[in-house]
Amino acid sequence: MGEATVSLLPAAAVLPALAAATLILFSGRRPNLREAWSLGAAVLQSWAVIAMIPAALAGGALELRLVELSPGVSLALRADALGLVFAALSSVLWLLTTLYSIGYVRALDEHAQTRYFFCFAVCVGAAVGVALSANLLTFFLFYELLTVATYPLVVHKETPEAIRAGRVYLGYTLGAGTALLAGVAVTYVAAGTLEFRPGGLFSGDTAAGTIWLVFALLGLGVGVKAAVIPLHAWLPLAMIAPTPVSALLHAVAVVKAGVFGTLRVVGYVLGPDALAASGAWLVLAWIAAATIVLASLAALLQDNLKRLLAFSTVSQLSYIVLGAALATTGSLTGAVQHMVNHGTLKITLFFCAGAIYVATGRERVSELAGLGRRLPVTMGVFAVAALGLAGVPPAAGFLSKWYLIGGAVEAGFWPAVVVYLSSSLLNLAYFVPIVIAAFFRPLRGGDDLEEPSLMMLVPLVLTATAGVLLGLAPDVPVAFLSLAATAAADMLGGR
Amino acid sequence: MIRHHLPALLVVVPLGTGLALPLLATLSSRLAWPATVAAGAITAALAVAGVFQVLAGGPVHYAVGGWPPPWGIELVLDPLSAFVAAVVAAVSTCSLAYAGGLDDPALRGRLGGGPALCLLLLAAMMGIVVTGDLFNLFVFLEVAALATYALIGAGGGRALLASFRYVILGSLGASFYLLGVGLLYALTGTLNMADLAARLPAAEASRLVPVAVGLIVMGLGIKMGVAPLHGWLPDAYTYAPPAVVALLAPVATKVAAYALARILFSVLGVSFVLDASVLGGALAWLGAGSILVGGIMALRQDDLRRLLAYSSVSQMGYIVLGIGLATANSLAGAYLHILNHALMKGCLFFVAGAAAQRLGGTALADLRRMHRLMPVTTACLVVAALSMVGIPPAGGFFSKWYLLLGAVESGHWVFAGVILAGGLLAVVYMFRVLEHVCLEPRAADDHGGGHARVGRKDASPAVLLPLVVLAVGIVAAGIFNASIVNGLLRLAASVGVG
Repeated sequence: MGEATVSLLPAAAVLPALAAATLILFSGRRPNLREAWSLGAAVLQSWAVIAMIPAALAGGALELRLVELSPGVSLALRADALGLVFAALSSVLWLLTTLYSIGYVRALDEHAQTRYFFCFAVCVGAAVGVALSANLLTFFLFYELLTVATYPLVVHKETPEAIRAGRVYLGYTLGAGTALLAGVAVTYVAAGTLEFRPGGLFSGDTAAGTIWLVFALLGLGVGVKAAVIPLHAWLPLAMIAPTPVSALLHAVAVVKAGVFGTLRVVGYVLGPDALAASGAWLVLAWIAAATIVLASLAALLQDNLKRLLAFSTVSQLSYIVLGAALATTGSLTGAVQHMVNHGTLKITLFFCAGAIYVATGRERVSELAGLGRRLPVTMGVFAVAALGLAGVPPAAGFLSKWYLIGGAVEAGFWPAVVVYLSSSLLNLAYFVPIVIAAFFRPLRGGDDLEEPSLMMLVPLVLTATAGVLLGLAPDVPVAFLSLAATAAADMLGGR
Repeated sequence: MIRHHLPALLVVVPLGTGLALPLLATLSSRLAWPATVAAGAITAALAVAGVFQVLAGGPVHYAVGGWPPPWGIELVLDPLSAFVAAVVAAVSTCSLAYAGGLDDPALRGRLGGGPALCLLLLAAMMGIVVTGDLFNLFVFLEVAALATYALIGAGGGRALLASFRYVILGSLGASFYLLGVGLLYALTGTLNMADLAARLPAAEASRLVPVAVGLIVMGLGIKMGVAPLHGWLPDAYTYAPPAVVALLAPVATKVAAYALARILFSVLGVSFVLDASVLGGALAWLGAGSILVGGIMALRQDDLRRLLAYSSVSQMGYIVLGIGLATANSLAGAYLHILNHALMKGCLFFVAGAAAQRLGGTALADLRRMHRLMPVTTACLVVAALSMVGIPPAGGFFSKWYLLLGAVESGHWVFAGVILAGGLLAVVYMFRVLEHVCLEPRAADDHGGGHARVGRKDASPAVLLPLVVLAVGIVAAGIFNASIVNGLLRLAASVGVG
C-alpha cells in the first residue's frame, strides 16, 4: 500500500450520479432534459474514475475524508486498484445502459419513468460509493443505499408478481444488511478499527472464534448480493424488473457489489492469512464450487431467457468468490478481472434479451428459433457474448478463466480446476443450443419482425465490442488487467 | 440577565404565553397560533443557547425564588438536560407550527384553548427536563398529564375513551412515582436530586430503596409507554386530533425516559444500576421485550397511526435497553435515539395527519396513490421510514449503531440480536406502508404509460414546511451525529458514571 494523496476526484466519482438523481426528480415533465442529466453524470463519473487510475497503478491511492460518522470512523473514499475496477466498470456501463434504457422505456411507453431514472442514478452512485469506500462503515452505508434504491426498480411493473418479488428481494438483502451490520460492529469491537487494510485488520493472535464469527456475519452480508447458493433465490425472481435494470443491476452493479464485497472482506478485513489459518477459506471455496455447478445445472432447465441468464450469473459470480477463497496471485487477478469480463458480456446478453423482447415480445428460449435471420445483429452479438462467457475466444471470458484456473493450480486445490472446466462445458450446453436454434432452425411466425431501434442496438454492439477487446487487449483503453494484478498484489501484500 | 435566568425561562416563556393566550385570543383569534409558535421558537432558541452555555461554562444551577437548595427548588442545565431540552423545544416548535398549519377543528376553540394547552404541555415537559427536584418533577409530570388528557379528549368520540384510559393509567403511573419519591424522602429527608445522591449511600442498606426505585421505574415506565405498560398509548395516538399527536408522539414519552435516566444516573449512580441491583438487567430485558412486542404488534395494524403508535412502543424499547445496559456507547445511543426518534416519529405523524386531512383517513387502504396525490409528503414519509428501518445516513441508523456497539462490547449477544431483530421488524412494517403508498397494483401486460395524471392535492405550505424541516433534520442528525455524540452526549453519558 502506497502513500495516500488527498484529492477531490473520489467525490467527483460518487456525487454526479447522486446530484443527477435530484435533478431528475425535478425534471419529470421534460424527458429529454431528464435523460440528459443521466448521460451527463455518467460521462462525468466515468471521467473521474478513469482519471484516478494512474495514481492507483503507481501505488498511491487518492483519498478523501468527509464528515466523521462515528468516533474514529469517517465517511471516507479511497480509490485503490480493486475499487477502481468496480467503479470503472459500473460507470462506463451506466453510460451505455442509459442510452439503452431510453430506447427501451420509450419503445414500451413505461409508466413512472422519472422514478425509474432517479433510482437508476442513485443505484449507480451507491455502487461507485461501495467501490471507493475506505472503511467498512462507509461500505455499509453505500451498500444499504444500493439495496434500497434497487427495490423500486424490482417492483417497477407493480404487478402482484413484481410486488412479491420485491418483498423477497428486500427480505434477502436487508436481512443480509443486518448480518453485515452485526459483522461491522463485531469487527469494530474486536479489531478497534474499520479502515480497510491490505492483508486484513486482525492481528495474528485474534481468537479463531472471532475470525469465524466475523467471517460468518460479513459472509452472509455480502453473500446474498453475490448470490451464492443457498442465498441466491432473490436473483431469478428479481428478473421481473425491466430488462435494463436486470442488465446493469443484476449483472453488474448489485451482484458485483456482493462479489466485490467478498474480495474486500477477504483481502482487506479478514485477510488471506487469517482466512487460511482458520480454515474458513475451505468453507467459502466449497460453497462457491457447489454454487458454480448447481447454478449451471439450473440454467440448463430454464425456458425463460432472463431466468436462464440469472442462473448463469449466479454461477459466474461464484467463479469470483472461489477465486477470492483460494487467494493466490493468479486466482485473485482472475477474480478481479472476471468482474469486468463477466459484467461486460452478461450485460450484452441482457441487452440482447431486452432487444428481442422489445422487437418481438418473446421472452422464452423455445421461441427464439429462427430469429437469427430477422435479427441478425442482435442474435449475432448474443452468440459472440454467450460463447465468450463459456470461455471461447476471442471474447474475454477465456482470459479470466485462464487466470482463475492457473490460480487454482497454484493453490493446489484441484476440485476448483475441475469445477471451472466442467462449468465451461455446462455453459456451452445451455448457450450453444440457443445459438444453433436461432440461426439454423426455421422461424415460426413473425415474418415482419425487425431489429429494434438504434438506441438499443448501438449499446449492445458497443458492449460486445468491448467484451472482445477485453480479451484481445485487456489493458486498452482502461488498464483493467494491470489494475487486477495490482489489486491482487495489494491483497496479498500483507504476507 | 437572560443568561442568568435561562433555566427558568425555558419553563416561564411557554407557560406565560400559554396563560396569556386566552386574553390574546379575545383580541384576535387569528393571533393564537402565531403567538404559540413564536413562544415555542423562543423556547427552542433559549434551549439551544443553553446547550452552548453548558458546553462553554459547565452546568448551570438556578435556585427558584432565590431559595437555595436543598430547601428550595433547583433547576439544573447539564449536558444531558440541556440536550433533551433543546430536542424537546425544537421538535415541539415544529409540531406547533404544524398544528397551526393543519388548523385542526378540534383545537379551534374561541378562546385559544387548544394552543394554550399545547403551550402548557410544552412548559411542563421543559420543567420535567430542567428540574433538579424529585417532587417538582412530579408536579410537572401531572401538569403535562392534565394538559394531555384535555388535548386527547378534544378529538371527541373515541378520543374521549382514549383520554379516559390515559387518565386512569397515567394517574396510576404518577401515583407509583409519587409513592417511590415519598419512600426516598422518608429514608433521606430530602427531595433535591443532588442532595439525595449524597445521602442515599447511608440509607442504601434499607430494603425500602429497591422498593422505592421499583415504584419510580414502574411509574415512569407507564408514562414512557414501554410494553407491557403501554396500554394507554395506541388508542391515544390513534384517536387524538392529528395536531395533538404531532406534539405528543415525538417528545412526550421521551421526557419520561429522560426522567428515568436522570434518576438512575444522577441520583442512584451507575454502580447501583449495574452492580448493586438487578435494575440494569431488568431494564434491559424490559426494553428488549418492548422492542419485540411493539414491532410485532405494528406488523398487524392496518391503520397508519396505530401502526406508528406500536412502532413507538418498539422504539422506546431501544432507549430503555440502552439505559439498562449503561455503557458509554449504549447511553450515547439511547440519548441520540431521543433526538432521532423524536425527528422521525414527528415526521411520520405529521405525514399521517396530513394524509388524514387530504385523503380522508389513515387506513392503509386510504393511502393508495398518495405518492401521486401528495408527492412532497410522500418523500418525507420515505425519508422517515428509511430512518426507522435504519438505513444510513438517516439518523435512526446511528442510534442503533451505538446501541449495537454497546451490546457487543459488553458481550450481551442476546440484546445485540434484539436490536438487529427490531430493525428487521421495522423493515417489514415500514415497507408495508411504503408498498401501499407508492405502488399501484396493475395487470402484467400493462406498462402503465397511458395512465391519466391525477391532480395533486398535497398539504398546504404551512403544513409542509415543518414536515420538510424534520425530514431534513433526520438526515442532518445522521450525517453530523459524531459531532453531537462527541461534543455533548459523551458528557451526558458520563453523568453519574464518573
